[in-house]
Amino acid sequence: MAVFNIKVNNENRQVDVDPDTPLLWVLRDNIGLVGTKYGCGIGQCGACTVHVNGAAMRSCSLPVSAVGDKSIITIEGLSTDASHPLQEAWRTHDVPQCGYCQAGQIMNAASLLANNPDPSDKDIDQAMQGNLCRCATYTRIRAAIKTAAKIS
Amino acid sequence: MKLITTKHNRRSFLKVSTAAGGGMLLGFSWFAGCKPATVEEMAKAVPSTWFDINSYIKIGDTGLVTIMSPNPEIGQNVKTSMPMIIAEELDVRWKDVVVQQAGLNTEWYTRQVAGGSQSIRQGWESLRMAGATAKQMLINAAAKKWNVDAAECTASEGVITNAKGETIGYGEVAAEAAEMEVPETVPLKEVKDFKIIGTDTYNVDIENIITGKPLFGLDTQREGMLYATVIRPPAFGQKLKSLDDSEALKVNGVQQVIQMRVPLKEKDRFADKIAIIANSTWAAMKGQKAVKAVWEEETPAEHSDNHNKELLKMVTTLAKEPVRRNGDPEKVFEEADEVLERIYEAPFLPHNCMEPMNFFADVREDKIDLIGPIQTPAWTRNRIVDLFEMVEKTGDEEKDKAAYAEAFKKINLEMTRMGGGFGRRLYGDFVIEAAQISKMTGKPVKVVFTREDDMAAGTYRPSTKYRIRAAIKDNKLAAYHLTEVGVNGNMWAALADGFPAGAMDDYRVDTHQLKSNITIGAWRAPYTNFLASAEQSFFDELAHKIGVDAVQMRLGLLEEAKANYDKHRELEEKFKDDEEQLAEAQKALLPKGNYEPDKFIGVIKLAAEKSGWGKAPAGTYQGFSVFYSHNTYVAEVADVVMEDGKPKVKKMTCAVDCGIVVNPIAAKNQVEGGIIDGIGHSMFGELTFEDGKATQTNFNNYRMIRINEAPEIEIHFVKNENNPTGLGEPALPPAGAAIANAIFAATGERLYSQPYVKQSKVLG
Repeated sequence: MAVFNIKVNNENRQVDVDPDTPLLWVLRDNIGLVGTKYGCGIGQCGACTVHVNGAAMRSCSLPVSAVGDKSIITIEGLSTDASHPLQEAWRTHDVPQCGYCQAGQIMNAASLLANNPDPSDKDIDQAMQGNLCRCATYTRIRAAIKTAAKIS
Repeated sequence: MKLITTKHNRRSFLKVSTAAGGGMLLGFSWFAGCKPATVEEMAKAVPSTWFDINSYIKIGDTGLVTIMSPNPEIGQNVKTSMPMIIAEELDVRWKDVVVQQAGLNTEWYTRQVAGGSQSIRQGWESLRMAGATAKQMLINAAAKKWNVDAAECTASEGVITNAKGETIGYGEVAAEAAEMEVPETVPLKEVKDFKIIGTDTYNVDIENIITGKPLFGLDTQREGMLYATVIRPPAFGQKLKSLDDSEALKVNGVQQVIQMRVPLKEKDRFADKIAIIANSTWAAMKGQKAVKAVWEEETPAEHSDNHNKELLKMVTTLAKEPVRRNGDPEKVFEEADEVLERIYEAPFLPHNCMEPMNFFADVREDKIDLIGPIQTPAWTRNRIVDLFEMVEKTGDEEKDKAAYAEAFKKINLEMTRMGGGFGRRLYGDFVIEAAQISKMTGKPVKVVFTREDDMAAGTYRPSTKYRIRAAIKDNKLAAYHLTEVGVNGNMWAALADGFPAGAMDDYRVDTHQLKSNITIGAWRAPYTNFLASAEQSFFDELAHKIGVDAVQMRLGLLEEAKANYDKHRELEEKFKDDEEQLAEAQKALLPKGNYEPDKFIGVIKLAAEKSGWGKAPAGTYQGFSVFYSHNTYVAEVADVVMEDGKPKVKKMTCAVDCGIVVNPIAAKNQVEGGIIDGIGHSMFGELTFEDGKATQTNFNNYRMIRINEAPEIEIHFVKNENNPTGLGEPALPPAGAAIANAIFAATGERLYSQPYVKQSKVLG
């Protein structure tokens, strides 16, 4: 066990865990931020996507010891009042079915929009390929990202 | 207006208790989940007192309404659509409604199950009555207050009006309404008067989903809770030989390793299990890897290759008793000009819910708390009673029933929102595990499956093959014969009555089962998920061979079915008071199919029209498919284009007859998901077994459809006023054949074996 000081959603957090503990489980079990989901544990489904210094990363494959002083943003910290253009667009299109993968989808899409404010269908398909949705809400995810791009 | 007697499930309308002050908390937590704009729009303030009108409805003194959603939510959106039906008849504004998930209560609610696309269809009447009964009680209370006849009063959008034009809000009479007699009959609205049903209504959990609030079973946290992973036999047919937990116990956070023997009942097939109990999920997962267990064979290890050989042998043989046989199909086949015969093959499929199986249990002497994602809470509760032998069965039905009811009082089962179900969560093996571990450790515990556990210890869609034969005489379909064989599972008898049964004089269906030690179970649209692919691919090939249009061929057969159906209707009308005579008279007719030909014809024509069937522009290739399942009719037309020499599904046009569409925006979501799921699994899905072990155990070697493979989808609902049917499953079955037929049109290659990417030379 070791003590780590990490910055999550602009707050400093201290956790005492094994250094190999994936950030995903630190967020969920130690900090109590359960919006970030477990889906596969090997970076293949995208349900655990968070932002690390602004870039979308799979938190299931990122040991807490590698986080250092980088800024972590989770779905809970994407906006203070659920007003991020993607959150607005997710409402407009009523995207979710079961909803489990959606936090990861939104976080991944937020990173796409930060780098490419006006993505084409092809850009969206390419950027979002790593995020599985078993309910297959894909057409709505695509439409919502385009709507969000227009809002922002 | 029609009057309906409230006797049906009357118990759920009995007042439970009045003035439930505890509702306060609910109101506040609901506001916390709203985005600010919504709160400002809110007309009703948070009530200080809530009154239980019946088991579905609480009304606050300010007129805010809480509606309990009875059924488990797996992503089929019943947590929104079921309360919509209640709110419609209660006649309140949707924005004054707060929805809360009900716990398991078989005394109050009917059929708390997520399965078979039946929640809306089977809930329709009782949900409407719950709303209408409450509305009548509110009106009666107001009438009493005004000292007028209730018949002179009307209610709309939460306000009651009397003949003099005086008004009073629901909240102002809620206390009195809760004390009113439950009326014997209540009026129900006409379909044309619906204000909420048929209006796009947003998912009631949307705010919580897009902000990452705890909603799912895996999010459950309780004081003193421990985490457990479970090692199950790595291969089907194995038992534990020896166990060394010394390394596992050295893992930081691991507290205990216990060996469990699970009673082999119902769907739980692994007798030996090892649980690793830890103070975090990660420690439990690490501990799981550190356990050294040796397993030995109890029953022979199985291989998919061997299954396939056996299945191919069986699928060409006749069963002793056909499931359905009309006319003299054997003779027609003998006398045919030509016989078209094809074999269709499909592998095992895991469910792969995005939220892996998990459950929380806290088993104490006097009380058992169970919290988590489960499609069958009532059955699961029974299994827990049996597991802990809480009831000593006497064999006297009444006494046993009472003893179970007494045992249920000790069990609190809460349903969380589920990260997908697809049939996997019908089987509560994970609840049994959680309960057993909690009992053995004496601690509250949450059992978590890793993705590998989830895929390797499944209740799979069985590997299945169909042989379909058509006797062709004078260039027409003269007889139809389908033979099915599945590993451990075969179709429900009712499916043999599906199309083209009832449309052909000479028809036969046989089915066989290959016994196996691999567990199978319901997987979204059980049996029809592949039966539709086989049947509808076959009809395309048959139409092509005979030289008729694929849509016209189906319509022609359905006209035959309709003629026969109409003859049955005539007899049913003639002998409506004499079942015996009816049965006798019907013997002279071909038995009906399980479908209504008119509805079938309706969706076929609508899909053909909207997709521009037969008029596709150059470079677009179309494939047609239609199927009736779970009481809903769905026709689909796939548009395929060639991109870089490969066929790509560009668009799917779909026509659906599900009766009244309760919530259009969510109904479309179900259909879109069903279609893409159907495409994905027929293109890519495959689970194989080697030495009894699942070969694919995570998303790196199990291919799921991804966003770049999802086509544009256009959906058209048939407009009618029939009672609604379900949508969780019916859009899936036709999708596989729609794309296979379009790919044939584009490439000339026929697809018989799923996953199509494996068989196909062109898909790659």
